Amino acid sequence: MATQLVKGNTAVIIGALYAGCDSFFGYPITPASEILHEAAQKFPQAGRCMVQAESEEAAINMVFGAATTGRRAMTASSGPGISLKSEGISYLAGAQLPAVVVDIMRAGPGLGNIGPEQGDYNQVVKGGGHGNYRNIVLAPASVQEMCDLTMRAFELSQKWRMVAVVLADGVLGQMIEPLRFPEQSVAPETDTSWAVDGTAATRPNVVTSIFLDFDQQEAFNNQLQEKYAAVEAAEQDVECIRMEDADIALVAYGISARIAQGAVEAARAEGIRAGLFRPKTLFPFPKDALNAFVDQGGKQVICVEMSNGQMCDDVKLAIECRCPVHLVNRLGGNLVTEGAVLTALRETAKQI
Amino acid sequence: MEKVIRTRGIYSSFPRKGGAAQTATHYCPGCEHGVLHKLIGEALADMELQDRTVVISPVGCAVFAYYYFDTGNVQVAHGRAAAVGTGISRTKNDAVVVSYQGDGDLASIGLNETLQAANRGEKIAVFFVNNTVYGMTGGQMAPTTLTGEKTVTSPAGRDPLQAGYPLHMTELINQLQAPVYIARVSFSNMAKLRQARKAIRTALEIQRDGKGYAFVEVLMACPTNQKMNVEEAIQFVAEQMEAEFPLGVLRDCTAERDPIVRTESDYRKETLDHLLGLDTERAPDAVLDSTAPTVSVKMAGFGGQGVLSMGVILTRAACQAGKFVSWYPSYGPEQRGGTANCGVVMSGQPIGTPMVSAADVLVAMNRPSLDKFAGEVKPGGLLLYNAAMGEVEVPEGVRVLAVPALELATKGGSPRAENTVMVGVMSVLGGFELIESAYHEAIAANFAGKDAAIKANSAVFDMARQWALDQSE
Repeated sequence: MATQLVKGNTAVIIGALYAGCDSFFGYPITPASEILHEAAQKFPQAGRCMVQAESEEAAINMVFGAATTGRRAMTASSGPGISLKSEGISYLAGAQLPAVVVDIMRAGPGLGNIGPEQGDYNQVVKGGGHGNYRNIVLAPASVQEMCDLTMRAFELSQKWRMVAVVLADGVLGQMIEPLRFPEQSVAPETDTSWAVDGTAATRPNVVTSIFLDFDQQEAFNNQLQEKYAAVEAAEQDVECIRMEDADIALVAYGISARIAQGAVEAARAEGIRAGLFRPKTLFPFPKDALNAFVDQGGKQVICVEMSNGQMCDDVKLAIECRCPVHLVNRLGGNLVTEGAVLTALRETAKQI
Repeated sequence: MEKVIRTRGIYSSFPRKGGAAQTATHYCPGCEHGVLHKLIGEALADMELQDRTVVISPVGCAVFAYYYFDTGNVQVAHGRAAAVGTGISRTKNDAVVVSYQGDGDLASIGLNETLQAANRGEKIAVFFVNNTVYGMTGGQMAPTTLTGEKTVTSPAGRDPLQAGYPLHMTELINQLQAPVYIARVSFSNMAKLRQARKAIRTALEIQRDGKGYAFVEVLMACPTNQKMNVEEAIQFVAEQMEAEFPLGVLRDCTAERDPIVRTESDYRKETLDHLLGLDTERAPDAVLDSTAPTVSVKMAGFGGQGVLSMGVILTRAACQAGKFVSWYPSYGPEQRGGTANCGVVMSGQPIGTPMVSAADVLVAMNRPSLDKFAGEVKPGGLLLYNAAMGEVEVPEGVRVLAVPALELATKGGSPRAENTVMVGVMSVLGGFELIESAYHEAIAANFAGKDAAIKANSAVFDMARQWALDQSE
């Protein structure tokens, strides 16, 4: 095994390199810029392509071009940049091209500030651009997962021919932790059944997102929905900590989950049966496991997130409001404190 | 009887178009897109480039160019062809990338992408159709609409005071250094058509040879939107458009340019391990140890006092000692040149929150930091402050020690290493239970490649450690 101390944003590029990513296209934005810096330094050393694009739109469209050739391509940004990329993400979805997008969330709306937030949840998890599409969304909660889930994002995006988004926050991007390096590197092969890469094998292919005929467009949309249903059936992923006998589930992803985990331990010490339910996939949301919690006698859910309850809405939908769902949140670059979560746990425990 | 003349490089029928007339194009009668398609298709076929070629269909009348070109095809978002072409060309060195765009697409919504790709000298042949109107959306004013020309959005004629002047793309591109070939052509008579054919072939030869960016602006008639018959429309091109947009080859430096070769991806693990420094920098994996203490440390001071790297050195030491550890910086709103702080949490178990809101150890390098964070030290915790700040009020129930950081750093031979002094003191008094060698390894890793700095900081660390041992006796 090989371990190094690594910053979260750096871990993204390490994961991308071992995942066989051929190309990185990016535009500077805090707090995601280190990903661009690392790509600028390391990608050329491994013969990979790196271009600092003139804009976020150009970056995502360069990704579109690289993905068209069947090569593995990625970009990274933060909320304001993801808004600009949304056009391109919709086109990628419409053309069923695989690509990886990393969003290091900062506080919004508008220019907001560079503090951590989780306010891009709806934008990323629900699609973001125009049309009936979804992205696969992975939610790391450590430097290790910044690397591992970036690798996983490439795997899933190729498998399903979808955009996979690594949705992290400013804390995960900036923090340093030991990283166990990947034990293998991937040497991807071009899928010539759909790629267009300037070879005889792919000359008959076309990459497009147009269906002029309404019925064809509808059929294509239905085909996409079937694919998303298959993704929901196959790819839900969650980490459960002390959930086996829990009365109260704290549902949290990313850095909020790390904070909630501390509160679980503190509450257990007081005799409150709390557990942590940490989605690692936000689309597909791990609704099966959350429903199992309710089915097995779970009584209350508390969502812990740095947004106005965007994930909380999905939690209510997932369990169809079969038990009370509360929200503990902070906004604007502030983190939820362990104390605030513990207070909510104590109050909720009284209602049981 | 239907007579079909087969054109090389173009499909013989167009099933992607659908409908009954599978050999008719979707273009309007009198439109010159067909001429340009034919010239490009024939050139690609003659040069045997079809297998290598990817044609980019834009948004505009040529949105369905992929119905026709017998090459690889991709259809892209409005104005983004140059960026998509960049992505294709950069990842497939041998691909011949052909971008086919209209005036709204290339010169309006895609102007930035157009100029920047040209300025980078991307390996793309750009065929820019200038017919002075948005065709597909119904004849709106384009950036290239002539002064006084009537369109549905300039019904009284283009007024420069309101809508500016016709945009000269070829001349704009000619301001850039990277492009290899820049020309403006038209089809308004046979001689000009022959010149156009030559320009198109030159642009594609440049791609065949991988030499870089070629831009060919093609002045075209659009009888439908200009509400003219074909003769009038061609006359409009010859008399009015060519007066505004002079024809000619503005640049051809094909002979002077060498092929641009993009690298191939190296996927080998050995390559990656090496370039990421795993040969030289490896820490042990963290070991689960429920008896090891969990310690939260906050370090704060002015930017420039090295508090962030103080935290990194401590983090490295914990990592070298096989602990679970996290480091998280906070810059506050005054990120540049203001105060900075960071938190380090180390443990024998996986770290929960990396944020330190209740500290076992606080290091305050200046007075604002002390004032801000002194209240966050846990009862029984340790507060180290820089003795240079003089008398301070200290919280109750906390062990407080003034560290003569500058004095010790100077004595150790490196006055700037006040942060290393604090690491040395913490190594004794912080309750971390790390082996001493881990700190030296951390210093060596932190200043890797700078032997003098490693030596100096190690000396300062030893000096500070001895001072702390003396204090604790």
